[in-house]
Amino acid sequence: MRAPRLALNSLRQRRFAAVLTVITIALSVWLLLGVERLRQDARSSFASTVSGTDLIVGARSGPVNLLLYSVFHLGDATNNVSWQSYKEIASLPEVRWTVPISLGDSHRGFRVMGTTAEFFQRYRYGSDHELAFAQGRVFGDLYDAVIGAQVARQLGYHVGQSLVIAHGFGGMRQMLHADKPFRVAGILEPTGTPVDASVIVSLQAIEAIHVDWQSGMRLPGQAVSADQARGMDLTPTSITAFLVGLNSRLSSFAVQRAVNEYSQEPLQAILPGVALSQLWSLVGAAENALRAISAMVVLVGLCGMLTALLTTLNERRREMAILRAVGASARTVFFLLVLEAGVLAMAGIVLGVALMYATLLVLHGFLAAQLGLNLGLGLPASNEWLLMAAVMVAALLAGCLPAWIAYRRSLADGLQVHL
Amino acid sequence: MIPWGDAMLLNCLDLCFGWGKGDVIALSRFEVARGERVFVCGPSGSGKSTLLSLLTGIAVPREGHVRIEDTVLSSLPAAARDQFRADHIGYVFQQFNLLPYLGILDNVLLSCMFSPRREQRAGGRVAARLEAIRLLAALGLDETSLHERRVTELSVGQQQRVAAARALIGSPELIIADEPTSALDTDARDAFLRLLLAECERASSSLVLVSHDIALARHFDRVVRLGVQTAQREIA
Repeated sequence: MRAPRLALNSLRQRRFAAVLTVITIALSVWLLLGVERLRQDARSSFASTVSGTDLIVGARSGPVNLLLYSVFHLGDATNNVSWQSYKEIASLPEVRWTVPISLGDSHRGFRVMGTTAEFFQRYRYGSDHELAFAQGRVFGDLYDAVIGAQVARQLGYHVGQSLVIAHGFGGMRQMLHADKPFRVAGILEPTGTPVDASVIVSLQAIEAIHVDWQSGMRLPGQAVSADQARGMDLTPTSITAFLVGLNSRLSSFAVQRAVNEYSQEPLQAILPGVALSQLWSLVGAAENALRAISAMVVLVGLCGMLTALLTTLNERRREMAILRAVGASARTVFFLLVLEAGVLAMAGIVLGVALMYATLLVLHGFLAAQLGLNLGLGLPASNEWLLMAAVMVAALLAGCLPAWIAYRRSLADGLQVHL
Repeated sequence: MIPWGDAMLLNCLDLCFGWGKGDVIALSRFEVARGERVFVCGPSGSGKSTLLSLLTGIAVPREGHVRIEDTVLSSLPAAARDQFRADHIGYVFQQFNLLPYLGILDNVLLSCMFSPRREQRAGGRVAARLEAIRLLAALGLDETSLHERRVTELSVGQQQRVAAARALIGSPELIIADEPTSALDTDARDAFLRLLLAECERASSSLVLVSHDIALARHFDRVVRLGVQTAQREIA
């Protein structure tokens, strides 16, 4: 029996409808797999932003909130951590290292982060990648800045370029720290994390540009020049949050409890992994809605295929009678139609996957640069294979309907077809 | 029990068949000898189509037997009847015999696709192709028109010849033709019939041809006239 050949030839005869059907299925598969991959990669991209950090400590708000503003630079801190509290927690015996973070200023839409040089040694992303410099080096002078890859590319900055930091996130002229311009000391390699979109300066620098400010306003008549500031004590009074590395992961919960019960100040410590999973449970509903929609689109695609197969059944009664005459059983007729559905679905899936990879290829650079989202170009993961198999099974099941009709008809018609 | 004659290829006994109440066909005896050419005629509603359904194993009689060679077709299960039809019977429709999506040669070879036995009888995969070409040529379709044209571009007469070649390939024991000439004009009709009969003889296949065109009867060994509800037998 060479039914596959017959099915292929028959489809070729109706190639216009067949191609349209394949395209419909391909687009729906493209959407289904695209959503799935975007979801997976968004997760892993988020998850890979903080690695090697055992705890994040900040003012008491909520775990997700702290995670978002400290690491992802999304949203704002409600409160600060006093320098004294930071020092005390940093000196706990279980703590191996700490990296303070001070946020609140910006440069042309990019966040400015004050930290210590240790940030460049301690911060890890992805599977334990360290930050690397594309040009220049860590800040040495008070008014040195290190910029992320995206900042450098988008603003066209090079080492040596001077830049002015704005207070807060507004762009108002009088809110600029124009009296204390910075110099780009180093440019980081792209990481696919929010670091790419950050301007990193020292904690002392953050302090220096704010010495003549109070409550977000420049103090009138008390201007301190850039050089005057160098001579002052620039120990910060507070920071936004800090990252903690422990000697042993086993002490994570003990240190977390110690921070949460810290009596001098309402603080909280979060485990990045736990906070991430809390974030996922928040985002989960939206994800599921997206998946449901893409599944519905696949259903619509399969309905299109069903329509294409069903509408031709009448004109194909002749074909079925001829096949019956040369000895095809009604079962063969059934099989032939299911096979056609299978061929259409298979072609649709293959084309859909090809479309997805083409899209990924095109969007790869863009998404990595704009959203810090690293879309993998890897082979389909097991859950993607599962989705493809599900589409295939659904198509074969759908194909059973026209196949059943043709089966019943060819039994009734036999060799007599009265058109 | 009436002993089956050895010379008989096809033997039907006390056939009764009906779709609803009453029998569409009630045929006490219908026989075809090996190599015999039988012409079946009768008015509309005399059960010609039903007889063909029974002979090809598409339908099973309510009573009676259809025996072809040593096989009682009417007592086989459906799938076995289908395979039997593929192996032993060539069928020609009134018209629209061809699958539009296959080439001319592949339409002829369709019989072999469903019957390894017939492919073997035609001499195997490769030889079957040559046999198909030979049959088409013998039926008046030369090679040049084979390769260049799609089946949908063929005239009705040419299509019927391709259908005849498909029925004949692999020399099945029985060729059944259902009004194969009714779509042809008189000249084409006679030419077609002559070629069909010649090839049947060559393949030593028996031929059962159903038609209401009594003018064709002179080409046949025997005429069977089906009446409404009854069937009579006549020798031409």
